[in-house]
Amino acid sequence: MGECVTNIVDQFWAQTRNGVTLGAIYAMIALGYTMVYGVLQLINFAHSEVFMVSTVVTLFAVRNWMGVTEPVTGVLLVIVLIGALIPAMLAGGGMAVAIERLAYRPLRRRGAPRLSFLIAAIGASLAIQYLFVLMDGQHYLLWFKLPNILGPNPQSLPEVMQTQTLFTWFGTEISNRRVVVVVVAVAMMVVLDLIVRRTRVGRGIRAVAQDQETAAIMGVDIERIIVLTFLIGGIMAGAAGMLFVTIAPGAPAFWFIGFFPGIKAFTAAVLGGIGNIRGAMLGGLLLGLVEAYGTACTGAQWVNVIAFVVLVLVLMVRPTGILGEQVGA
Amino acid sequence: MTGSISDRIADAQGRAKALVRNGTGPVRAAAIRAREWWNGHRRWVQPLAWFVMIAIAFLLPLLDQWFTLPIWLQRATSGGTLSRVALFTLFALGLNVVVGFAGLLDLGYVAFWAIGAYTAGILTGAADYTKGLRAGTADLADKPVWEPWMWLILVAALAFAVIAGIVLGSPTLRLRGDYLAIVTLGFGEIVRITANNLDTVTVGPRGIASIPHPEIHAGPVDLAWGTLIDDKYYWLLLVFVVLWIVAIRMLDRSRIGRAWVAIREDEIAAGAMGVPVVRMKLAAFVIGASTAGVGGVIYAEQVNFINPPTFSILQSILILSMVVIGGMGSTWGAVLGATLVVLLPEVFREFEDYRFFVFGVTIVAVMAFRPQGLLPSRRRALELRGHTVEDHLPDVEVAEGESG
Repeated sequence: MGECVTNIVDQFWAQTRNGVTLGAIYAMIALGYTMVYGVLQLINFAHSEVFMVSTVVTLFAVRNWMGVTEPVTGVLLVIVLIGALIPAMLAGGGMAVAIERLAYRPLRRRGAPRLSFLIAAIGASLAIQYLFVLMDGQHYLLWFKLPNILGPNPQSLPEVMQTQTLFTWFGTEISNRRVVVVVVAVAMMVVLDLIVRRTRVGRGIRAVAQDQETAAIMGVDIERIIVLTFLIGGIMAGAAGMLFVTIAPGAPAFWFIGFFPGIKAFTAAVLGGIGNIRGAMLGGLLLGLVEAYGTACTGAQWVNVIAFVVLVLVLMVRPTGILGEQVGA
Repeated sequence: MTGSISDRIADAQGRAKALVRNGTGPVRAAAIRAREWWNGHRRWVQPLAWFVMIAIAFLLPLLDQWFTLPIWLQRATSGGTLSRVALFTLFALGLNVVVGFAGLLDLGYVAFWAIGAYTAGILTGAADYTKGLRAGTADLADKPVWEPWMWLILVAALAFAVIAGIVLGSPTLRLRGDYLAIVTLGFGEIVRITANNLDTVTVGPRGIASIPHPEIHAGPVDLAWGTLIDDKYYWLLLVFVVLWIVAIRMLDRSRIGRAWVAIREDEIAAGAMGVPVVRMKLAAFVIGASTAGVGGVIYAEQVNFINPPTFSILQSILILSMVVIGGMGSTWGAVLGATLVVLLPEVFREFEDYRFFVFGVTIVAVMAFRPQGLLPSRRRALELRGHTVEDHLPDVEVAEGESG
């Protein structure tokens, strides 16, 4: 116990830095959970696969399309980052919309019970994971030969940026990588917040979240809003996948990579108050910090348990989350 | 079920529609006749049918000795495959109580299996032996052997699984159903991570070896279970499967079973009518957990060696797919689902790589096109298809316009 406290005190600023970076990524994924929950009162379990797919697409875009094998700098770096971010966001958004179309819409049309949605989500998740396992250039899906994208073995994520210390803060070095992650994440979340609060589409999302039937009577196209919600959530998770590649070069990319970020992002969404968009951002940040300090305390092998303990505690003590459950923020 | 007039009209309309949709073709007519005949001869046909079925199930592994079988049937009736079928049937029966009867989605079912298996690994002394062997402080003479008291490990594992179920279930079952799903999903992985990290107790990632095979020496009975493919494991598991089927059918028809139906259909109304909602949900959750605990012990004794990667989330989803494919809430559905999900990849080994992808797609497709599964429970089918008595008239109209 004493070791735990000294570790946290010693590493406080370093872990704060790690926590903020991690938290930014969790927040981005959590937004997808919380927005879909707000609109449909449904936990999109397959959302973690959106993150997985966009990570793999980023890997593929950087390594195969742009041919980046070693870190780049300057203008080229900006081009590579944007060139990775755009396909990642497209893949994320596309994946999320595909999940909605194939797994959820048939059930929604029928008015199926809630349990059916959750089970379909788990099935979709399994299918997507193993579709990527099959993508090793040797397997067929019906008559189409699947491309060689991932396969069963983990592949190491490429190093896009050369690590440089940009500035020092309370004796802790802040690298350019972390700055990129936090800046992109904050920028995207600000844009999202503006979209939801200021635009016509955002008003539609909030209206559907508050009361679907009334929104329909008022002329909101419910189907379109639902698809858009999935699309926006998917784009955010897609960007999170690209940011993850930026921050964790050398980490293994494989079919199961979405599981823990997914479950943690869900925890973040519950922590902030499910359905609450700003709550997801706050929850992501807090969870990132808790996990970073917790790692200093317990050691890295328990890192994936910390978020789970937080989830159970939140559900026991304050199931509505910090900012309160909210639909139509 | 007596409701208001409009409810009864909606009910009748739903039934009429089901009749139209399913048609009155020869197959359906034959099925109805068969069911009537079955119900009419309840007294002697049913016990006989049970007896014949159990006898056939017990004789399956011996077929190979009596007849020359085609290769696929040989694969399907080998002792190893059959005991896998029986093990997963037991798990599917347990999970069906949780998912099918009470309508709770448990995605960490493998955790209770792991708890059972590790209970066996630790209590038989195999964990200590493995640890000693690796540290060089034990030698082959210390290898654990089966003692008669070790049968009590089944009870111990059941108790541990129940405790774990209560600890996990009591805070989460009070909340919205979807939270249970994600908490159990996390719990499944936590148990695996704990087994991996807590190496003083569980020997860590390299696993526990030399778990003794069970034996019975009582009077004239002299049985010793052997290696993995021993037919006797299938028979042992089959005994549990039969016991569980009987117990679960009794539960389903009891007060508790009716409470589960009420909770599934409308939790708030059930609570208002005096059904102890949380306690009944906890009961289902714990019954499911204890089944997995018992199965876990036999599994550990059969395979002799357990390590954390065995108990991955994939197993939970595999068992869930058995329940879903067979038909949620249907006991025979769980049996059929487990048999199919275990046997098909065994018979079609050429397509092994596609197995999990196909299961994933199948789960989604079943939910979309046949949510009641292959062998539906009749009551559950009505709920899952969305034609409950709560359907109001306009909704029924809309449903028809879209499906037709």
